[in-house]
Amino acid sequence: MITLKNVYKQYDDGFEALKNINLTCEDGEITVLIGPSGCGKTTTLRLLNRLINPTKGKVLIDDKDISEINPVTLRRSIGYVIQHIGLFPHMTIASNIGVVPRLLKWDKQSITKRVDELLDLVGLEPETYRSRYPSELSGGQQQRIGVARALAAEPSIILMDEPFSALDPISREQLQDELVRLQKEIKKSIVFVTHDMDEALKIADKIILMKDGEIVQQGKPEELLRRPANDFVKNFIGQKRLEKVEEIPVAKEVMIRKPVTTYPRRGLAEAMNAMEKKQVDTLVVIDEEHQLKGYVSIYDVLREYQDENKRVDDIYQPFEHTIGPETLLSDAVVIFNESKTGYLPVITDDNKLIGLITRGTIVGYLGDVYPSVGNGGV
Amino acid sequence: MNGLIEFFQYLGKNWADLLALTFEHIVMVVIGMGIALVIGILLGIISSKNERLASIILAVANLIQVFPSLALLTVLMLFFGLGSSTVVIALVLYSLLPIIRNTYVGLKEVDASTTQAGTGLGMNTWQVLFKVQLPLSVPFLLAGVRIAMVISIGVAALAPFIGGGGLGTTIYSGINLRDPMQIYSGALVAAALAILADYLLGKAQKKFDKSKA
Repeated sequence: MITLKNVYKQYDDGFEALKNINLTCEDGEITVLIGPSGCGKTTTLRLLNRLINPTKGKVLIDDKDISEINPVTLRRSIGYVIQHIGLFPHMTIASNIGVVPRLLKWDKQSITKRVDELLDLVGLEPETYRSRYPSELSGGQQQRIGVARALAAEPSIILMDEPFSALDPISREQLQDELVRLQKEIKKSIVFVTHDMDEALKIADKIILMKDGEIVQQGKPEELLRRPANDFVKNFIGQKRLEKVEEIPVAKEVMIRKPVTTYPRRGLAEAMNAMEKKQVDTLVVIDEEHQLKGYVSIYDVLREYQDENKRVDDIYQPFEHTIGPETLLSDAVVIFNESKTGYLPVITDDNKLIGLITRGTIVGYLGDVYPSVGNGGV
Repeated sequence: MNGLIEFFQYLGKNWADLLALTFEHIVMVVIGMGIALVIGILLGIISSKNERLASIILAVANLIQVFPSLALLTVLMLFFGLGSSTVVIALVLYSLLPIIRNTYVGLKEVDASTTQAGTGLGMNTWQVLFKVQLPLSVPFLLAGVRIAMVISIGVAALAPFIGGGGLGTTIYSGINLRDPMQIYSGALVAAALAILADYLLGKAQKKFDKSKA
């Protein structure tokens, strides 16, 4: 586990690159550092292999303060992939991948074996590629080698600094997919810097959003999407992505939790009174066990009102449609549209009433979620 | 036509002497070049690490370069006396500029991301220099060596003026004896030597460019 505690970084010219950074990266997860350029994400990444040292604060890896570890030793134990790939043009692919094992003085045989293993892992045929030079490979293939090189000495941590941003969109997508697949196999702790929100959402277990050297919000991608901390986060994520998530809420998020109910044994005057008091024209009928029976409308009550002996039990009607709490709002809308009903009770599997959706609730909900955009709305 | 026949007859008679002189010539150039390489690469590395020193080092090397060769040789003779070793010192001085400058440029031209990758993967400063930066600047360095080599072969022909040997000896005695054949033979062999060196180093340079670009 990687932990940053109250980390500050100030450059000689007085520029404060990082202000009080506190974060943790869990083992076996992909932590994505994201933010606009100049936000300090790359600086933060470089703290982890001591390419930069903090002015104040501590960086801990597995509870060990890395300022006490020799930087060269530290770097050999951490994989590193950079944006411009940075393969050594004068070395063959095999030598490139074997750089760190050679620095660590592995014997020749195990290096050769490891190189072939890694070429297989990143989907490049060892026989074909082993003795080629980087310039003979496409950008996407080169970065696969970059990833293989970072994995060579079996580090438990891998740092990736915008590794796919220089690639064409197709290779980028491919490599993102492969990273996700690879991670399932290798389960490394990956710290990944990007400025691309789509990329972050695709690969991240945890996203840390930064701005002006500070962390604005951190959490699972789902958390950022559902509960953006402020307008900056909203803007950075982008309205479109936020809408996508909230596009289809389910019944339990939209329903009225305490619909006005009545019991079958109640008299009609009592029902009338309840409607008047709550300003509704319909009551949901349930029994003492909260089991759904049906509904009475104001029209039914008025029609039978003369008969003092009649009770709700005699006049209520069953609902034509009911839905469960996880029913999509879109499906509820379809039911409203196709039947003439104005009410949809939300019930559990054992017919217990938990809420009610009306046409009015849906309109009200949409009004809250999508406040009028521009003038006059849609 | 007659002159050409005469010339080949001269070569046929004196080839053993000429070969010995050519060998002497090559030895002076190679020793000078070897020393210049060591000093030049070192100064090139220092220059690439420190811009202030770079401007001083390159300015001094430039100054040496513009000094007329005959004048430089004579000045050196005042300090180091007569003989081939003084010639070698002159050759070193003349070779320095192209080697320093090309080492410097070569190191500067190495892609920053490549160096950064080396450091990030856990190479120390020396390993980055010897495993990444220097190998990558070899094509530039070879271009420098090529220039230095051609200059050296030419300057070495002046050696007899300060008591050195080499192909200049035949030219010098040819002038004294008014024997054009001697002058031609020395001059042409020296020229051929320069052309050959240039060609071979050019080829080496191309090979490096192709496989490592």
